[in-house]
Amino acid sequence: MELVAFLECLTSASCIISQTAGGLKIGMLLFLVASGLTLVFGVLGVINFAHGALYMLGAYFSWQVMNTTGHFGLSVLLGAIGVSIVGLMFERGLLNRVYNAELLIQILLCYSIVLILDDLVMIIWGDEFLSSIGIPEIFQVPPLFVLDAIIPPFHLAIIGLSLLLAIGLWLLMTKTRFGHLVRAAAVNPNMLEALGINTTVIRASVFVLGSFLAGLGGALASSIGSVVSGMGNSILVESFIVTVIGGMGSIGGAFLASIIIGMARSFGAIAMPLFTDGIMFLIMVLVLILRPHGLMGDKK
Amino acid sequence: MISFLKKDSFSRDACLALLSWVFLIVVFFIIPDPGVHDIIQKVFILGLFALSLNILIGYLGLIAFGHAAFFAAGAYTLGLFLQSDFIKIYNFGSFSIPVAILLSILVSGVLATFIGAICIRLKDIYFSFLTLAFQMVIYSIILALVDITGGDQGLMGGFPKPPFLGIDLSKPFDFYAFTIFISILVILVLRQLIESPFGYGLRMIRDNAERPAALGFNNQNHKLIAFIIAGSIAGLAGSLQALLDVGAYPEWAFWAKSAEPLFMILLGGMNTFLGPLMGALIFEILNDFVTANTKYYGLVLGLVILSFVLGLKQGLLDWMVIKFKESRNKNAQNK
Repeated sequence: MELVAFLECLTSASCIISQTAGGLKIGMLLFLVASGLTLVFGVLGVINFAHGALYMLGAYFSWQVMNTTGHFGLSVLLGAIGVSIVGLMFERGLLNRVYNAELLIQILLCYSIVLILDDLVMIIWGDEFLSSIGIPEIFQVPPLFVLDAIIPPFHLAIIGLSLLLAIGLWLLMTKTRFGHLVRAAAVNPNMLEALGINTTVIRASVFVLGSFLAGLGGALASSIGSVVSGMGNSILVESFIVTVIGGMGSIGGAFLASIIIGMARSFGAIAMPLFTDGIMFLIMVLVLILRPHGLMGDKK
Repeated sequence: MISFLKKDSFSRDACLALLSWVFLIVVFFIIPDPGVHDIIQKVFILGLFALSLNILIGYLGLIAFGHAAFFAAGAYTLGLFLQSDFIKIYNFGSFSIPVAILLSILVSGVLATFIGAICIRLKDIYFSFLTLAFQMVIYSIILALVDITGGDQGLMGGFPKPPFLGIDLSKPFDFYAFTIFISILVILVLRQLIESPFGYGLRMIRDNAERPAALGFNNQNHKLIAFIIAGSIAGLAGSLQALLDVGAYPEWAFWAKSAEPLFMILLGGMNTFLGPLMGALIFEILNDFVTANTKYYGLVLGLVILSFVLGLKQGLLDWMVIKFKESRNKNAQNK
């Protein structure tokens, strides 16, 4: 415990602001990935253990496009779209065979894909760390100073983009016909089938949307960190934490939980540098004991 | 004589267990290759780990995803105890190793009591996630307590292995015979437990939890006892692994370690008692063969698991038992 450092931070405005901004950046990137996971669980009822591997693919794809074309926006977009295509193939080719199978079979199917993809990217791109694709030029400016706190503009851009996506996702789910169908498919797919709606298409499109979000998260992550095989494993576990804390299947809950986890990581790094992960898991344990269905999940 | 060898009787199982042990001792001398000995003892250690998890998965239908917590607890307990000054002060002398192993089982059992009492209140995926979360808390604690556990380096510096009852575990043969003896003994006891009324109670809870509850059965108590037994055996497996490697590593508490016994259960089969042991054999041979030929172990393992999940749809031993019964029925009809 570094209590002194933690108290010092809490009494300094600049430290609070920079840690909050850092926590929001972590939290919003996490939300991008975790919202895809919770969406897929909500509709398909499958815990997609391969979600982290899709995130990793997004990072590799965008790295590849960046090193071929040199265009940042294109590399992020193509990275996310490429992952959506892989997601579609995975759902149509493999995952739809185990929708009615036991939990263990679903987990193992997804986990086998993780093992395969982790090695495939090593075969294609080598097992060295690939250097980050860097941030676009317009953000390569001196950081902002707010009350002496240093805030890189690119982090603000990531937070803004994620917020926009969160709002877009919310509008999609609550205001459009597609959103209504998706939510209906989550509650009663048989009734939807009986009404002449093709639930197969709905499931596939939800999985594609989930993959897109994972891919986008990975592509953005490749701009601020290096790219390596297995990088999806830690984000996968963090997405589990967010999904559980927020309530499984709840996108609003995932948003709230992402901010909580982002802050826990950011401030936890000062208070207990060696136990930052432990704090997140303790929060997860507490939520599961006190409110197993999460902060905003449905009681079933 | 016939009643002595009756199916599922203790005496028959004990005979088979003793014969298997003697057979494996003979194998040690027939095949003098240390690589083979290493695989066999690892199969039993990992087999214990997988068999213990299968009490929860196969017989209770609870997908525990944090079982490696108990494996690691056993390993670290053994290592820390043998390294500690405690042993010198109280002078267990030649009995240090048996005491250390018993202590490992005890510590993982106590940990399983604590974690199990909380986890069994949840169902399905929530149960899985809570076991995972507890395991990762323990993983984080191991990493944080650098002074005691060595942090991410693992428990370094080795520890003494004083001989007891004429058994010197630093000799390859003694270790081989001892590990396999202990494993077979535990498997034998576990078999009796699974075939006892208690074991059938577990299956009943798995198949229809309301029925035994209506009959006045205490489901939660049964689940907790099964969880504690599973955790203690995993702790024993961990302590044997620590003895083999003369150390303990934080990766043993990481969630990926909990996936290994799941693979073994899938590969070998969850509906046949020895399925997970068979799975450990497949897993270990695959591991040995693939890592000797390529560094892309995950790719091969992933493809094998995929083919089991989508192709065979059951473990190898489960599949063999079904095929065997089918052919026997056919023969009976032909006669």
